[in-house]
Amino acid sequence: MSESFIQFKDVSHTYDKEAINGPFAIEDINLEVKKGGFVAIVGPSGCGKSTFMKLTTGLQEPTRGQIMINQKPVTGPLSISGMAFQAPTLLPWRTTLENVLLPLEIVEPFRSQMRSKKEEFRDRAIRLIESVGLKGYEDKLPYQLSGGMQQRASICRALIHEPKMLLLDEPFGALDAFTREELWNILRDLHAAQGFNVILVTHDLREATYLADEVYVMSRRPGKIVHRREIDLPRPRDLEVTYTEPFTAIVHELRTHIGKVREA
Amino acid sequence: MQKKSILEKYAALWLLLFTIGIWQLICVALNVSDFIFPSPYQIALNLIEFKGEILRHAWTTFWTTMVGFGISIVVGVLLGFLIGSSRMAYDAFYPLMTAFNALPKAAFVPILVVWFGIGAGPAILTAFLISFFPIMVNIATGLSTLEPELEDVLRVLGANRVDILKKVGVPRCLPYFFASLKVAITLAFVGTTVSEMNASNEGIGYLLVSAGSAMRMPLAFAGLVVIGVMAMLMYEFFAVLEKRTTAWAHRDKK
Repeated sequence: MSESFIQFKDVSHTYDKEAINGPFAIEDINLEVKKGGFVAIVGPSGCGKSTFMKLTTGLQEPTRGQIMINQKPVTGPLSISGMAFQAPTLLPWRTTLENVLLPLEIVEPFRSQMRSKKEEFRDRAIRLIESVGLKGYEDKLPYQLSGGMQQRASICRALIHEPKMLLLDEPFGALDAFTREELWNILRDLHAAQGFNVILVTHDLREATYLADEVYVMSRRPGKIVHRREIDLPRPRDLEVTYTEPFTAIVHELRTHIGKVREA
Repeated sequence: MQKKSILEKYAALWLLLFTIGIWQLICVALNVSDFIFPSPYQIALNLIEFKGEILRHAWTTFWTTMVGFGISIVVGVLLGFLIGSSRMAYDAFYPLMTAFNALPKAAFVPILVVWFGIGAGPAILTAFLISFFPIMVNIATGLSTLEPELEDVLRVLGANRVDILKKVGVPRCLPYFFASLKVAITLAFVGTTVSEMNASNEGIGYLLVSAGSAMRMPLAFAGLVVIGVMAMLMYEFFAVLEKRTTAWAHRDKK
């Protein structure tokens, strides 16, 4: 394995500041992701997946253990990360383009260049918007877009500042099956083209298997990693692969683990 | 979009004309005395006959209301930001403010008279006291209902509280703010009038009381009409302002 980009060492976390010995939201998490790696985290509801995201982005500091991102310990919010959620959380008064540009108004060094490089940023945003199939919708307001389109815009917003790490919390959960598969491919292509790390939190085992290099199965609270599965299906993957025997075998295996977790 | 028919477009006007028609009809048909319930015609005659005096009183009521309302906006917005910006401030202030809002503002008038004498002072303050609450509550609500995910997205990028307030909080509050102005302006007129009725020699409120005690019912009704018209015009003004500035929040009306 080449050098790791995301590293969790015995990480436990609780939101209760007094309970330093637990109960924890997540407990004893160890994981290592190499640069450009795509990991999926699956598990039952309430297994601390959101906590995991907050820790990785530095929004929360772990109660115990250490997190290293890009070989450096995490001490505060990491602006090298982009986030998208199940709800698109676009600002309803901004057009698609303006929504996508929002991070550049906040992250340095873009923030101070907002005036001088306005055109350049605009072009970059438009290219990104086109790459997710939203050409022609740049000047529409969110309510004029369908749910799938809003989610595309939300992913663009997460990527506009060229983050090294993309964190997705069930981003396709609210979409219909066909739109979802379409967005899988968009994410696959963006990942292949730009080489950022992805952490995808999901309930959908097919989604995890199709997109990720590695899938981690988490247990119920306290969230622990109970299983790690490498997905060795060759890339680039095509939706056809989801109907093949090795694919379904992996999904089945993951399902068995989820089943055990749910019974426990 | 379908084009609205003339009937739909001026629905409010038709209803008004219809109501006035019925009112007039009843007064004429039942031969109701002007003293008990003046007909629209009588009210109109009084409006014209005393237009100079009514205009003078209306102007007093109008400017005192506007000054009170202006103070309301400033104080309401500031308090709204204060209360909406933190959970603790919200929990601390809200019950107190609710209790204060439950007090009948008319009861303040005698106190205000002791402090400020009769006239514009108590009227302005009553208008303010009665109308800042909805503004404050709406601003606070707009601020305190930010989606936590959105805040996470911005905080990860290194946004501080001021950034979040500027990029998200303030624009998000605007529809709430304008909606509250519509409510608050009508309340402000109530406040002014109540105060004028008790402690003033000027204004529509004073006109109502003096016309009433002189048994000049058509004139008293004319005063009511004037207040209604002023409040309605200001309401419409803020409704238009709301639509212009926060069109994104009123998508279904497009």
